[in-house]
Amino acid sequence: MSRRHFLRAAGGLAAGAALPAAAQSNRILPVQDIAPLIARITGGRPVEKRDVTVELPSLAENGNSVPLRIRVASPMSATDRVTDLHVFAERNPRPFVAAYHFGPVVARAQVDTRIRLAVEQRVLVIAALTGGRFLSGETHVVVTSAACIDEGI
Amino acid sequence: MALARLQVSPSVRAGEAVEVRLLVQHPMETGFRRESDGRAVPMNVVNSLVCRLGAVEVLRAEFGSGVSANPYLSFWIVPPASGELVVEWVDDAGVKGRVAATIAVT
Amino acid sequence: MLFLAAFACAAVAQEPKRPSPLKPGPEFQSPDVRALQADDFANPGMLWVARGGELWRAPGANGKRCADCHGADAASMKGVAARHPRHDPSLGRLTDLAGRIEACRSRHQGSPDLARESPEALALEAFVAHQSRGLPVAVSTDGPAREAYERGRSLYVARVGQLNLACTHCHDERWGRTLLAEPISQGHPTGWPAYRLEWQSLGSLHRRLRACFFGVRARQPAAGSEELLALELYLADRARGLAVEAPGVRR
Repeated sequence: MSRRHFLRAAGGLAAGAALPAAAQSNRILPVQDIAPLIARITGGRPVEKRDVTVELPSLAENGNSVPLRIRVASPMSATDRVTDLHVFAERNPRPFVAAYHFGPVVARAQVDTRIRLAVEQRVLVIAALTGGRFLSGETHVVVTSAACIDEGI
Repeated sequence: MALARLQVSPSVRAGEAVEVRLLVQHPMETGFRRESDGRAVPMNVVNSLVCRLGAVEVLRAEFGSGVSANPYLSFWIVPPASGELVVEWVDDAGVKGRVAATIAVT
Repeated sequence: MLFLAAFACAAVAQEPKRPSPLKPGPEFQSPDVRALQADDFANPGMLWVARGGELWRAPGANGKRCADCHGADAASMKGVAARHPRHDPSLGRLTDLAGRIEACRSRHQGSPDLARESPEALALEAFVAHQSRGLPVAVSTDGPAREAYERGRSLYVARVGQLNLACTHCHDERWGRTLLAEPISQGHPTGWPAYRLEWQSLGSLHRRLRACFFGVRARQPAAGSEELLALELYLADRARGLAVEAPGVRR
């Protein structure tokens, strides 16, 4: 039984008061290798690290619901547009978060949603564009109360 | 059926981009949560969703357990013609949901 | 020095220092949480309000709807949440909004009791409370409510739990300071029922108060208990003038 679960059972750990993220995350939720997940999307084609903005608060008060806005600089014309967005959180118990596939009437390369983040980590977005191109962007978030680990009272 | 809300301007000028906002009531159970007796609540999330305007597929999405409970989504479209905007989804338990709104293009 | 400390202890036992200026809950949340509460579409609590509206218009066990007596648009509910908890003469006791809704359902609709914190109970409470959004909290602490009010105040200043703290120590004396990476609020009840990110659900004030007791490692009074009702009455009076926010959003 992990120390965290023992403490919870003994009633010694305050609800929602996580141990400092850095102290626990490396043992409980290490950074996972998401390269194979990305390769499945890109088929090995090059991914350019530009033009994808991943907006998340730098400090998330509660990892259960963190607002995410993804924006890609794209004309979104018929021939030059974003076709798919893939979101990964490399330290979540399941790094794949969501994927969005845009049909022809989507006007902006922008999605707003709310995601779960277990611990302080990098959130990465891969954008697939017409012409077999791939772009990526990422950001770093500190989480004070962890999704999937800290349970509510 | 899950309660859901779909918001889009009911009247749009031709060629104008509008925001579509969706909120679905769903616990998005991760499978990690435990009941007071210690048993894990089984994973059950809305795993796929599709939005259509008439016959045109607007957007498709796949969600994992990393999407928050009561999932919220916003995206922007230029509706080519008036019609019914429909969003349908299904969760891991096979329960389906649907919500719709009418758009008039002037 | 000792005399002053003794005087200070005695003073707290008599009348805790009401915070000034009075600040509602959102001021102690992150900008994102504040924005979510203000967004009537994206505020997840509004899903419960919508569900409550459906239940308002649905027939009870005897076929009667809340809407039949109170109107389909529930305009008659304006101000009701702002006046609760109150001593209800028809029930002969102090009751909160959830208790009043329950009494009405069983008496006038013949409906079986809804468990506190059940989805339907929360939905109805959220719907009715939402009709008072923006109105100032204005509870009565006179007459038959006086005894409960005094009891609530005693509970508010009583040290409890392994951490041996009273509500006043954090919420009157240290609001605005940081505890475990979070700013301490003034502890007002005006945002409830609220969608709490930690719960990933809407929940009641009593659930939140129970969590506070857990936080200081104290025995948790039962939801709907006389203790929590008395405490809620004291908190509501202490928050008088602040606006009802239902449904609130909290971290």
